Amino acid sequence: MIPGKFEYHVPADVGQAAALLRHYDGEAKILAGGQSLIPMMRFRLAQPEHLIDLSKVPGLSYIEERDGHLAIGALTTESELEHNATIRDRYPILKDATDVIADPLVRNLATVGGNIAHADPANDHPAVLLALRADVVATGVDGHRVIPIDEFFLDTFVTGLEPDEILTEIRIPTAKSGTGSAYLKLERKVGDYAIGAVAVSMVVRDGVIAEAGVAMTNVSPYPVRAVQTEAALVGRPATAATFAAAAETASQECEPSGDNRGPEEYKRAVIRTLAERAFSLAAERAN
Amino acid sequence: MSKVPVSMTINGETYSGDVEPRMLLVHFIREVAGLTGTHIGCDTTSCGACTIQLDGMPIKSCTMFAVQANGHSLKTVEGLATGAEMHPIQEGFMVNHGLQCGYCTPGMMMTSLALLAENPNPSELEIRTAISGNLCRCTGYVNIVRSIQYAADKMREPELAAAGQGD
Repeated sequence: MIPGKFEYHVPADVGQAAALLRHYDGEAKILAGGQSLIPMMRFRLAQPEHLIDLSKVPGLSYIEERDGHLAIGALTTESELEHNATIRDRYPILKDATDVIADPLVRNLATVGGNIAHADPANDHPAVLLALRADVVATGVDGHRVIPIDEFFLDTFVTGLEPDEILTEIRIPTAKSGTGSAYLKLERKVGDYAIGAVAVSMVVRDGVIAEAGVAMTNVSPYPVRAVQTEAALVGRPATAATFAAAAETASQECEPSGDNRGPEEYKRAVIRTLAERAFSLAAERAN
Repeated sequence: MSKVPVSMTINGETYSGDVEPRMLLVHFIREVAGLTGTHIGCDTTSCGACTIQLDGMPIKSCTMFAVQANGHSLKTVEGLATGAEMHPIQEGFMVNHGLQCGYCTPGMMMTSLALLAENPNPSELEIRTAISGNLCRCTGYVNIVRSIQYAADKMREPELAAAGQGD
């Protein structure tokens, strides 16, 4: 399958890239790793007239802890995340997620920024970043601004980015002591989208859940935090009974639709099981 | 829409051409460079038959535009052998019957090459994880894993001999 025709642009920095986006006003798409965009272009589900390739834009690939957060450059690949010691030791939820994104070959090119900016409710990073209460940095012609992740996903494939803005950085609050997190996904086979997945990050103090962030993958029209499930965790003891009750809430709070990955009822059952296991694993990791 | 000049090194040789930006890298490799060892299987970024190495990293060449590879160094299955001498990975696939129809084999071998460069002595699980983006419709995975293990052992022979563990 051959993608539609387009003009190809290779800006040398973010400013040039944003200027091109503004100039082509809705006719241009950003090309990062291309692992979602190129398949969509081959199916002609996307037919941008202009592609702006960020591969020659320097300084967008890094993973570093600074100023109270973990900063991840938007062009950091999933493979880089997967093999990073800070991620493995201090942000296990991100390691859980990268391990189950697509397959190892795709992860060599796929970028974290692309996974978010694509705003596909079937992608794995949105739920993880919602659970972690991350921020994203958007850079446009007139400078950059910080967008809380809760305000980023507006609809299926629709984000809060302005037409001339590029997602350049992801900021995750530094893990406090007593934090445990996990991401558990059920997929039919390696490389498939989730039947369902649950992301959780919690802070446990003296055996009580002090804070909780929960979100789910591919069981809602767009990525959104599960506030009822969070309320079912916060202030309660970190015990199996709490986790079972909160998992039941999650299975009711999600909004799956039946498709070739299973009917709605099955997906709710999958979420219940994954949520219970994810909550237990996160609590275990909090110790 | 204008064509774009591209130039890249494949298996040590330079290949250049003016291409449409929408040309996929796998089409450049097969049709411009004439290296048809790299296969097109699913065309949906699923099967890995088109796996090549981009600067030493295995990627699916059906999911990259040729223009993105401009200035980069690629390796395809044709770059494995040295003259008439097979690479240990090729030998492994031959000795262990690691191919049935052979369609997935170039991709399997290019992924294996990257795995063994990074991890010379992988466990079976590590091998199976590494090739999880390469599909074999003949389902001949048992012998594919054996082939990679054979190559790992053979490639480590000089090192083991030097350490006095070889025989």
